[in-house]
Parts: sequence; structure tokens; C-alpha cells
Amino acid sequence: MAEDIDRYLRQDKLPHIWCPGCGHGTIMANMLRGFARSGLDQDKTVVVSGIGCSGRASGYLDFDTLHVTHGRALTFATGIKMANPELTVVVVTGDGDGAAIGGNHLIHACRRNIDIKVVLFNNSIYGMTAGQFSPMTPTGATATTAPYGNIDQNFDLCELTRSAGATFVARGAAQHPRQLIKIFQEGFAHRGLTFIEAITQCPVNYGRRNKLGGARDMLNWQKEHIINQKKYESLSAEERQDKTPSGILYQDEREEYTEKYEKIIATARGSEN
Amino acid sequence: MVAKKGRVKVARPDWCKTCGICIEVCPVEVLELGKDRIQIIYLENCVGCENCELSCPDFVLKVVNEDEE
Ligand SMILES: Cc1ncc(C[n+]2csc(CCOP(=O)(O)OP(=O)(O)O)c2C)c(N)n1
Ligand code: SF4
Ligand code: SF4
Ligand code: SF4
Repeated sequence: MAEDIDRYLRQDKLPHIWCPGCGHGTIMANMLRGFARSGLDQDKTVVVSGIGCSGRASGYLDFDTLHVTHGRALTFATGIKMANPELTVVVVTGDGDGAAIGGNHLIHACRRNIDIKVVLFNNSIYGMTAGQFSPMTPTGATATTAPYGNIDQNFDLCELTRSAGATFVARGAAQHPRQLIKIFQEGFAHRGLTFIEAITQCPVNYGRRNKLGGARDMLNWQKEHIINQKKYESLSAEERQDKTPSGILYQDEREEYTEKYEKIIATARGSEN
Repeated sequence: MVAKKGRVKVARPDWCKTCGICIEVCPVEVLELGKDRIQIIYLENCVGCENCELSCPDFVLKVVNEDEE
């Protein structure tokens, strides 16, 4: 049987206000299933989110939660972790919140390898504010701010966070819930900066404008285009063109930031005496 | 102990937003959209695979042991 997620949800805040077919609910539910499997303590876990439809997740989650200003979830999370290194700290963010206004904080959190689990709901658009392009909107796609097509190059956030210093990097999608559960289970258990890109559909402000159909069609698009890393590697360069690899893409061990900081505290105390 | 077979249940009927994702991911014919919520029409077809439960964005469906239906 699938893990019971009811105990992690604030029942009085549900049903949630995400649109019909929005993938955010699927990502959140499978994040909770992964959390249940990781064996971490609900009462020792803090969830911090920024602004956006994705950011609303913290309101539905029965953990200690903090819903903060746009793009700044990682700064609050860094403060929480520095003051209480024993806590599990999870950041829920969107592609606008985490890669545009908050992009700077993302690369620096990775650089420090601070033990924060960053879950970025990537729906390729600013959903909440009705469809402006984000740094994750593919080139050529349309948005309210790119009615003739987006000329910007979108990020590969997994490559970006990996090269910035994250020690666990994974990508999943709403279409592949079992893979998502596994990614979350292992990502939550990792010590160090964990970056999980969760691809999700926004049928209302992305799908409709880009003629991708409704939620069901968008999920079928994910099925075709987001493929397991092993399969991806077996493809020719040409076949890879319109595909994106998923799974745990990178994992490594490197000294974690709060551990280094504890040593500094000990050294400073020692030199006082 | 032999594992009991699981079957789908509409655990939170009021939370359904009729997106149809559960129908899309179901390998057989069990579910159908009613006027304002999902309906189980052929429970006997359900193989308990949990695809619908894991994909529903609104936490409506649950696969439960047959004796809990
Ligand atoms: C400082 C500031 N600038 C702009 C906004 C307006 N705003 C609210 S949500 C949002 C974008 C959210 O997009 P994303 O992070 O992709 O989340 P989604 O809604 O798509 O889940 C913006 C620009 C704001 N709330 N605060
Ligand atoms: S606007 Fe898009 S991202 Fe926001 S709740 Fe609706 S479908 Fe989801
Ligand atoms: S996936 Fe969930 S919300 Fe969508 S129609 Fe099925 S039961 Fe309803
Ligand atoms: S458990 Fe599987 S077979 Fe049964 S309704 Fe859900 S998706 Fe269909």
C-alpha cells in the first residue's frame, strides 16, 4: 500500500486551491510519500516556502512551516539551519521563485553545501501571476511577456546546481510518481545541499497558451520527453534533442556547511580561553 | 500471510476537481467522471495498481484492502 500522507497534511486547510489538473498536488503528495519512507521525524522538520502557487504548499503541510517573501526561502532556511543544525530543513520553491528572483540564493546555497533540501516545482512559467516567462520557460514558448515567443535560453537547473556545488541533484516529473518517491526518499536522507527539480504541469497558465492541451495531454508530453537517465544515455545526440533525463543525476559527499561552522565556533571558543 | 488484494476507494469525494488524470493513468476501465466528481463504475476491474492514487493531485483516491471498502 502507498504511504499514508494524511498525517502530514493540515486537513482543515484542504482541499487546496490549486487549479484542476495542476501537477503541484501530485508533486507534494509524492514528496510526502518519500518523506515517510526516509524515516525522518516530522516534528524535527521545517518547511520554508517562497511566493507562487508552489509556495502555497507550506500552508497545507503539517510541519513547522514558514511562508516567506518572494525568492527568499533559502535565506530564511539558511538562518534556521545555522541556528538549529539538528533540524531537517526543506525549501519548497517554484521556477520563478527559485531560479529568477531567488536564483542568486540558490547558487550560493549550493556553493556552501549547506544541508537544506531544495524542492523546486518547475512548471516552466510564473503560474500565480498568470503566465509571465521564467528562466525555465523553453526558448520559443509563449508567455504573457513573450507573446511572439521567448527568445531567452532556459537554464538546465540540474547542471547549474551541480556545478555550483550541490551534492545531491535529481530530476523527477509528475508523470513518474514512483520515481519521484524514490528521489525524495533518497534526497531527504542525503546530508548536504539537495536539489530536486520536480517537473509539473500548469495547464491553466502554460499549457493553454502553448497549445499543449489539458493536464492529461501535458502528462503524456512528460511521458514522452522526460526519460530515465539510463535510457537517455543510450540515445544518440540527435535522439536526445527533445528529451530530458530524470532520476538521481548526481550524488557526492563533501563537508557540510554547519559542520564547518561548528568547528569555527569551537576554534573561536578555544582561543578565548 | 497472503497479501490481500487492494482496490480503489474514493476516500475524499468532495476534494475531486474532475481533472481526469486518474482515468488517464488507469490501465483498465474502473473510473468515470460524474457531474462534479469521480465515480467508480467497474470496481471489479480494479487491479489495485495504485496509479490513480499516486497521480491524483487532490488526494481523492486511495487503494485499500478489499475488506475496508
Ligand atoms: C518581490 C515580489 N516581486 C514579484 C511578486 C509577484 N509574484 C508573485 S508569485 C510570482 C512568480 C511565481 O512563479 P513561480 O515561482 O514559478 O511559481 P508558480 O506560481 O508557477 O508555482 C511573482 C512574480 C511578488 N509577490 N513579490
Ligand atoms: S496557475 Fe498553474 S501552477 Fe498555479 S495552481 Fe493553476 S495550474 Fe497550478
Ligand atoms: S485525478 Fe483526482 S481530482 Fe482528478 S478526476 Fe481523478 S480523483 Fe478527481
Ligand atoms: S488502482 Fe489501478 S486499476 Fe484500480 S482504479 Fe486505480 S489505476 Fe485503475
